[in-house]
Amino acid sequence: MSATTPGTSARIESTSSLGVLGTLRAGLALSPAMRTGIGVTLALAVLATAGRLIVPIVVQQTTDVGILAPGGVDVGLVLRLCGIAAVGLFAAAACTTWVNVRLFRAAEAGLLQLRVRAFRHVHDLSVLTQNTERRGSLVSRVTSDVDTISLFVQWGGMQLVLSVLQIAGATVAMLFYSWQLTIVVWLAFAPMIVLAPKAQKALNVAYGTVRLRVGAMLGRISESIVGAQTIRSYGAGARTQRRMDEAIGEHRDAAVRAQAFASLAFSSGVLLSGLALGAVVVVGTLLGIDGDLTVGGLLAFLFLVQIFTGPVQSATEVLNELQNAVAGWRRVISVVHTPLDITEPDEPTPAGPRGPAALDFADVTYTYPGSAAPVLHDIELAIPAGARVAVVGETGSGKTTLAKLLTRMMDPDAGSVRLNGVDLRDIALADLRSRVVIVPQEGFLFDDTIAGNVAYGRPDTDADGVAAALERLGLGDWLATLPLGVHTDVGQRGEALSAGERQLVAIARAYLADADVLVLDEATSAVDPATEHRISRALAELTQGRTSVAIAHRLSTAEAADLVVVVDAGRIVELGPHTALVAAGGVYARMHATWISASE
Amino acid sequence: MPSPDDRPLHALSGGAVRRSLLLIGRGIASQPRTFTIAIVASVVYGIGLVASGWLLGRITDGVVLPAIEGSGVSTGSIWLAGLGLLLIGAVTAVGVALRRIYAGIGALDVQAGHRRAVTRQYLRLPMTWHRRHPAGQLLSNANADAEAAGGVFMPLPFALGVLVMIIVAGVAMIAADPVLGIIGVSVLPLVLVVNAVYRNYMSPAITHVQHQRAVVADVAHESFEAAAVVKALGTEDFEERRFAAASRTLRDANIAVGRIRSVFDPVIDLLPGLATLGVLAVGATRVAAGVVDTGAVITTAYLLTVMTFPVRAIGFVLGDLPRSLVGHDRVSRVIDARGYLGAGRHRLGDAVPTDEGLRLDLDGVGVRVPSHDADGAATEADLLTDVTFSVPAGRTVAIVGSTGAGKSTLVDVIARLRDPSSGVVRYDGRDAREIADADRTGAIALVAQSAFVFEDTVRGNVTLADEVEPDGEGLPVSTGSGYTDEQVWAALAIAQADGFVAALPDGLDTVIGERGASLSGGQRQRLAIARALIRRPRLLILDDATSAVDPLVEQAILAGLRRSAGDVTVILVAYRTATIGLADSVVHVERGRVVDAGTHADLLGRDRGYRRLVTAYQRGREEREVAR
Repeated sequence: MSATTPGTSARIESTSSLGVLGTLRAGLALSPAMRTGIGVTLALAVLATAGRLIVPIVVQQTTDVGILAPGGVDVGLVLRLCGIAAVGLFAAAACTTWVNVRLFRAAEAGLLQLRVRAFRHVHDLSVLTQNTERRGSLVSRVTSDVDTISLFVQWGGMQLVLSVLQIAGATVAMLFYSWQLTIVVWLAFAPMIVLAPKAQKALNVAYGTVRLRVGAMLGRISESIVGAQTIRSYGAGARTQRRMDEAIGEHRDAAVRAQAFASLAFSSGVLLSGLALGAVVVVGTLLGIDGDLTVGGLLAFLFLVQIFTGPVQSATEVLNELQNAVAGWRRVISVVHTPLDITEPDEPTPAGPRGPAALDFADVTYTYPGSAAPVLHDIELAIPAGARVAVVGETGSGKTTLAKLLTRMMDPDAGSVRLNGVDLRDIALADLRSRVVIVPQEGFLFDDTIAGNVAYGRPDTDADGVAAALERLGLGDWLATLPLGVHTDVGQRGEALSAGERQLVAIARAYLADADVLVLDEATSAVDPATEHRISRALAELTQGRTSVAIAHRLSTAEAADLVVVVDAGRIVELGPHTALVAAGGVYARMHATWISASE
Repeated sequence: MPSPDDRPLHALSGGAVRRSLLLIGRGIASQPRTFTIAIVASVVYGIGLVASGWLLGRITDGVVLPAIEGSGVSTGSIWLAGLGLLLIGAVTAVGVALRRIYAGIGALDVQAGHRRAVTRQYLRLPMTWHRRHPAGQLLSNANADAEAAGGVFMPLPFALGVLVMIIVAGVAMIAADPVLGIIGVSVLPLVLVVNAVYRNYMSPAITHVQHQRAVVADVAHESFEAAAVVKALGTEDFEERRFAAASRTLRDANIAVGRIRSVFDPVIDLLPGLATLGVLAVGATRVAAGVVDTGAVITTAYLLTVMTFPVRAIGFVLGDLPRSLVGHDRVSRVIDARGYLGAGRHRLGDAVPTDEGLRLDLDGVGVRVPSHDADGAATEADLLTDVTFSVPAGRTVAIVGSTGAGKSTLVDVIARLRDPSSGVVRYDGRDAREIADADRTGAIALVAQSAFVFEDTVRGNVTLADEVEPDGEGLPVSTGSGYTDEQVWAALAIAQADGFVAALPDGLDTVIGERGASLSGGQRQRLAIARALIRRPRLLILDDATSAVDPLVEQAILAGLRRSAGDVTVILVAYRTATIGLADSVVHVERGRVVDAGTHADLLGRDRGYRRLVTAYQRGREEREVAR
């Protein structure tokens, strides 16, 4: 049992410390597909944005040259202008469509790369097998965090690109009509440009708080669901309700605060638009009186101000989404950037012929990261090929750590673990995993049939092969009790089966894996005696002709072993066959005596 | 006290339109002040937008044109014009701020209200209801569904304000010039129609994306949960392929959504542009004919530009409505769920001293549930049939039976987590259904096999009470429950949990659970036992509660229990022979019926099924001995 060892092994940082640009750079490096054809896309985007300037320019031209023409209204010219402009609008719309499609395709292709890469990296890290508490948060790294980026690309990213271009385009066009008025417009928005970074930071904090509150709230609510029985048995309903109401209220308050803050930021944009418009009318008219600006020019400018302020106003929204996306991106990047603690050897050494293998621990010491004292000290142990070994010891004695080192879930601080004399670190991982197989305490079952679960990872074994394997393990009678035999669905996490039956499936799975060395992490939980009996029988068959190391909780396992290793406080204190140890009258003999009285 | 069963249904009935209106009406009625402010602010905003367009036209005609053409306009009126635009901008900005803030408050309050209602139901509904509903689904009812149900209220005030704005703008445009006005107004229905078509294409695409996202999450979740197996068998490549396949489908779904957006967004943007060109072309001919002045053309063109985005807000509401209706339906299914266990009023233990064990009698207890036969047709199944036995005060009884024999249902009935369909459970001779809830939970403690740990301190987990803040000198005044730390430690000691708790970084104050320190299964079980013991229950039910605990530790716990708990009545569900050996008598249950009851020795002698069951373990050992 790996009790109270949170945060062991390589830690995945909750987020990377990269800045916005650093995140984008690192993100793009991990998703090369995102940059495919980016040049063409940007060129098209410029054309698409240019289309937005058509209407103001036409307004100016029709007013100045058409309606206010010296010789009266030139209707023909106005109609021609409008016709050309309409064609331009359609062309720009087509460009926009094209840009969008290209952008989506590249972004999604890149995110697919990122997602799969992060997923694989999580599997290659040892955290998953070490720290079960954080699985949920790791799932979110490859799902909702990537989805946030994807959502941003769909709803905000496009807008961001076009907005930036639109502001730039509008500025160029405004400069063309009047540089003085352009300065006026920019000055009007100066407060926003100055305050935006600060406001952005505060908004970030506010929305960060909301996310934390959501997490806390969901935690509390899940207690009322998962703990339903406990709450009812202890009449803890009122207290649970109070705790939930508190969390719901705190979330609501945080969300209202963030919302109000965002609203103020947004409305300040509206206010500044009004300021810009008023200033342009005043300064523009004065310039017109001096002859520096035509009426059409001023009117065009007023339209350009709209084109300029639109994206500036919505910038607060888009930037907010951008922050979310960058935060999500950072979290995914931090996963991929976590160094692997178990690495492939540069030059793999073959570990001898297949068949029962010898194992030895040479002077092995191991300390969990973050803890002061080693859990294992100077372990020296030689296991001959084909031996059945049982490791016994109290909870926390270090016996599970022994199993983890043996399967190379982690590497020792000092000393080495060897298979047929070869250091595990020098054996190719795929080779090692096919030779040494662990049967975990809680063998996870996929939402599939028994056949699918037993043959997991070996698509070449069909249902008949599975049935035959179960038969050889002496589980034919069990199979006969199942409604659909090997085709019986096990349900989510195997919940349709009892805990003992799930262990049977895990044993059969290990049997098909046909390893040289088996590490059995026995389940502590009691199962009904009939199943218990089947498990023992199947295990006996499974370990036949292989080297096996059992982290034993059952007396029977230790009794049946060729060699019993007694671990206490991280050291091997006794070593020998069952009968010899019982006769020796030491630690094992005392454990055995209590066991006997406890299980009889 | 009126029964909660009398509440009106939360679900909305009728056609889509009626349900939409009901949803909106009920939401607004629940927060009348908030939504009134939001809607009024939104109307102010809408009118402000139109007013700025109208004012711009007036200024063009009355100030800008004459001034530039040299008709001697005073500088004062030029400044006045600028000030007027700024003022309208300020009013509009205040409108925007208030609208958004109050719409947000309203939507969040509707959301929080649903969450409170849903979670109240989670606590009120019986265990049988909980077992029928997966935890993930219930969590999303309280989270995503509550959020969706309130989602429509965020853009709603905006849309209502826009509706007012459209009317005002339409009137303003038509007032400026009827012909130009009609061209301008015609854009609005066009935008709405295109929007509707857009939604039509979009909703199935988005539903598909959402579904695919869930698929990817499922694969990732399952795969990470299976990490030990994946490592053990070295199937990382296989898992990567599985995940990549699901992710590729999600990518394609996302691109499909993107494609729809790519087509419709430019079209919607195109409409006001084209209309503006139309206004200019027709406007030029009308100016030439002397029917209108330039200002009318400018006003109409400007209003068109300003209104494009707000008009889409109506689309937002129409788009959010289906999602909100679905969310509301899902939330309603929880809120409208019935089947509470009725609450009794009688006190327990008036007649007997409260430190004495509880007497338990089961009389002809049966539990029948709806089921399906092999062909999937509805039928009924008996989980328990005519179960009758008594446990005298202060005795220990073991319930033994193979997997699926009905032990858990029996425990549910004994602890009144469910009521029997027939027969009676009696506490101290009185029907369990007549006993007040607080008395029952005070007298009976159930420790289940899967021990539940709250995200709370060790102390909070044992006492299940809120802690009082420390006083001025930093000393805790008391724990709200009245349990002292000594009592907590004593309970932990009997449960053999004092050792590992003392080793935790902050002892009793260590936060455990979700985001706190992790405990092993056995440690959780021991904590749960301490939680039961500190209450000094009169009936203690241990439902396989020591299964994850070492046999040695289990013995120590049970021995400590015997020593300290005195006269408590104990019911044990157990497999281990040694555990069963602690019981005064045994009830053997198979297929929902009591097969036999008596002492362990008696049953070993006369009940063959029982003998097979409890000796299977030893048999396995002997067989192996022989084989060796």
